[in-house]
Amino acid sequence: MGSPQPRIGVVTYPGSQDDRDALWALAALDAEAVSVWHEERELPDVDAVVLPGGFSYGDYLRCGAIARFSPATAAVCEFAEAGGFVLGICNGFQVLCEAGLLPGALLRNESLRFVCRDVPLTVERNDLPFTTRCTAGGRLVLPVKHGDGRYLPPPDLDPAQVVLRYLENPNGSVGGIAGVCNEAGNVMGLMPHPEHAVDPLLGSDDGALLLASLVDAARERVLAAI
Amino acid sequence: MKATVLVRPKPGILDPQGEAVGSALGHLGFEVSDTRVGKVIDLEVEAADATAAKALVEKMCERLLANPLIESYEVEIVG
Repeated sequence: MGSPQPRIGVVTYPGSQDDRDALWALAALDAEAVSVWHEERELPDVDAVVLPGGFSYGDYLRCGAIARFSPATAAVCEFAEAGGFVLGICNGFQVLCEAGLLPGALLRNESLRFVCRDVPLTVERNDLPFTTRCTAGGRLVLPVKHGDGRYLPPPDLDPAQVVLRYLENPNGSVGGIAGVCNEAGNVMGLMPHPEHAVDPLLGSDDGALLLASLVDAARERVLAAI
Repeated sequence: MKATVLVRPKPGILDPQGEAVGSALGHLGFEVSDTRVGKVIDLEVEAADATAAKALVEKMCERLLANPLIESYEVEIVG
């Protein structure tokens, strides 16, 4: 039997900016990437979902606060609660925190400056659907570009939920936390942008390790359903 | 009824915006300490009385206007 192509949805909110890069990167990694408009109340038949970066609904009030109430976000919450894989990148991470799918909050960078550069990170665990192609304790270089990326964990965060840490903290995140997952491990959010780092021509292809892990996990779901 | 909501960063939450404003006031010669920056949200609601209006706006704060992990809120009904 040939290897089936998993379908991965990418939600576009008004103000999303990295949805097309996410679609392009997932397609380059051999997934069928499908765009999901924010007004859709039901997700198409997908095996995983990505919430992209940008400034959804102008990031008014707080980053991700309004996007949390969009119809597509409600559908993504249902999908996640049923065990579906959900990855939130940058603004997508903020939306997942506001929606309560991930613990904590993202605040204004300590420096008050927008940061836009490649940063080195360590991978804390490689047993998640988002990190199986990485090495635990290994190093990745990914770009960050955000003004509100200072992660504040809740006081009771289980350290096992930390997936990525900055080696050079660009925003004042507590514990250098760059990415976290939920307790079940099927939802992850991160501030760096793997979708901008899937081709060596762009400075790094380390992002492909994370996204290809997700494509692998989504493909396994397809195979399990056959 | 008109309501005013004050949203503040919780004590202990680092507020770099407040620090920057405090430092700018210092440059102007004002002696200030512990400057914090929050938000004001003014709105109008339909409610039978001030108590009902306050309860309604507090519900809005819990659901959207403030993030309980990082912010506290205060609702004032101004009539």
